[in-house]
Amino acid sequence: MINDVLSMTGNVLVSPSLILILGAFLVPMAHGWARSALTLALPLITLWAIWQVGDGVQLTASFLDYQLQWVEGSKLSRLFATVFAIMAFAGGLFALNQKHVLELSAAFVYAGSAVGVALAGDLITVFLYWELMAIGSTMVVWSGRTPDAGRAALRYSLVHLFGGLILLVGIIAYIQETGSIDFVLMQANSFATWMILIGFLINTGAPPLSAWLPDAYPEASWSGTAFLSAFTTKTAVYVLLVGFAGEQILIWVGIYMIFYGIIYALLENDMRRILSYSIINQVGFMLVGAGIGTEMAINGAAAHAFTHIIYKALLLMSAGSVMYMTGGKRKCTDLGGLFQSMPFTTLAGIVGALSISSFPWTSGFVSKSMTSQAAYDGNLMFVWFALVAASAGVFLHAGIKFPWFVFFQKDSGLRPKDPPWNMKAAMGLLAVLSIWIGMQPQFLYALLPYVPDYKPYTKAHVYEILQLLLYAGLAFFVLLPLMKRTMTITLDFDWFYRKLAVETAQSLSQTTSRLIAGYMWVRNNVVNSVIDLASHHHNPKGLLARTTPAGVMMFWVVVVLFAYLVLYLFL
Amino acid sequence: MTDTPKAPPTTAPATDTAVKPPLLDINGEPMHWLVRPMTIKLLWLGGLAMLAFVTWLGTTIYTYDKFTLEGTIGFYSWYGFVTCVAMVVFAKLLGLGLSKKDTYYDK
Repeated sequence: MINDVLSMTGNVLVSPSLILILGAFLVPMAHGWARSALTLALPLITLWAIWQVGDGVQLTASFLDYQLQWVEGSKLSRLFATVFAIMAFAGGLFALNQKHVLELSAAFVYAGSAVGVALAGDLITVFLYWELMAIGSTMVVWSGRTPDAGRAALRYSLVHLFGGLILLVGIIAYIQETGSIDFVLMQANSFATWMILIGFLINTGAPPLSAWLPDAYPEASWSGTAFLSAFTTKTAVYVLLVGFAGEQILIWVGIYMIFYGIIYALLENDMRRILSYSIINQVGFMLVGAGIGTEMAINGAAAHAFTHIIYKALLLMSAGSVMYMTGGKRKCTDLGGLFQSMPFTTLAGIVGALSISSFPWTSGFVSKSMTSQAAYDGNLMFVWFALVAASAGVFLHAGIKFPWFVFFQKDSGLRPKDPPWNMKAAMGLLAVLSIWIGMQPQFLYALLPYVPDYKPYTKAHVYEILQLLLYAGLAFFVLLPLMKRTMTITLDFDWFYRKLAVETAQSLSQTTSRLIAGYMWVRNNVVNSVIDLASHHHNPKGLLARTTPAGVMMFWVVVVLFAYLVLYLFL
Repeated sequence: MTDTPKAPPTTAPATDTAVKPPLLDINGEPMHWLVRPMTIKLLWLGGLAMLAFVTWLGTTIYTYDKFTLEGTIGFYSWYGFVTCVAMVVFAKLLGLGLSKKDTYYDK
């Protein structure tokens, strides 16, 4: 019977995503070393399973009248699925001493769903995993277990359910339009494809709904944010690379995101919000690559997604370690001087910061520059100048600002130690990967969807990047007085639904209350008076309703007739 | 009132070879060598020398410059610096209008 539902066309028995998703429900049942072993084993088994997926459709399933392509392999899908599994392993290792097991289970459902999206061959499967990812990630935010985390999780879920709804509308319209559920390259030239594109873009943190990301991610626990940084935005990049490569609007959306991330991060005081804004900034680079759409650009975007997951998790793990060891401190105004007592965490943070800045011999150098090269090759002058400026800006807001204000700057007097061994091991693993990819890029390049015709280590490229970054560093220190941290936030689009909508609703509620009070006053004082008056005269004893003897009536008739006679005679 | 002999000095008179008291950090502990004023001065000097060096390095290689501005001397040096200054200034101006206390949404 099961063969009626499932059908193997390759050597895949089950979707690799299910190993993590179903395994997530086993994690709470295990305890002690068994839980730790399971936490580390599930991602590794998933990684092995991903590499058993060959090219083309491997596993199908019947659903309503459709044949879902549950697992479909390609170089691009294996690249993304691989880095998702690596991240699940590193995140699990980092979170081994997380007391709240719900977070780890939710994170594995989340990671497994991301793998599912990467291996999905049709739009319905993409949508199912997409929504499961939203549920898993909401639970990870909610696992921060603070009132702020609860509220942020609610807002996060609303934005993602809204995005999912738009995606669903687009998919239904697309199936109506084409009769096909295949997830293939599309063009944004119809209602259906625009809805799908918008649904995908919401998960990248694209405008105008960018604020969901820096609103929600920093509210997760010290270990949760590392998971969150990896999956949602990067699966969105993956689906854009598959479905909308070469769509020019992505270039401009990407450039907006790049500078939005830099500017808001420069103004931010919370170290995890700085890093959250920098996720949007980095995803912007990937969107530009997707929008350019050449082989070099797609390679660049895919490679950058791979390296970014690793170094951003490293950065957020170093921030998470600081939180863990300082009792939850997140604000730059409360931190500083930690390098003296947390040398390992500082070093990990610096490696992550150099990688995100594309410093030579780190992973960012060999990935991000491919997108710039694609813009250069395509004679996209404005785009290229913007990307070069943005590369300097990345060093400014994440490469220097994060380590400077957290680990150096003024001495806060805090002397926390480095975190436990498993957290150091996770950071060490990602730091080594960041440097190894930077020094041996051929291993990453071999995984890319196209054979790369690109050599990152030319004298010219190294000298150019060194100049750009070191002078960005000079600008940072020259302008340090302007960068002084203050206990402020910067208003964003979420102001509309966090403040304006709330205050409008409150104002409407007050106005309605006043209207009801006015109505009650009119009812009590006017209507009731009229009723009382009518009742007074028309009650059984009232003047106008009481019964009177016939003689009285005759008397008054005589009076009236007499008055009439008098008037007639004398007037 | 009688003159009393002065007590001998308890410490040796200051000389050039006297050991300076160690600089202390916020916790009263000896300051880490990396944040001592002399180290910071040396880091600035080293950094400026490195800036000059990388700018010079950039002039030692020939590159094919597709866009006019890219061909200017030390393009990546001045462009990196100027665009960063512009981004910081723009951020500060934006902050004038959009910055609020971090308890803004808690009210």
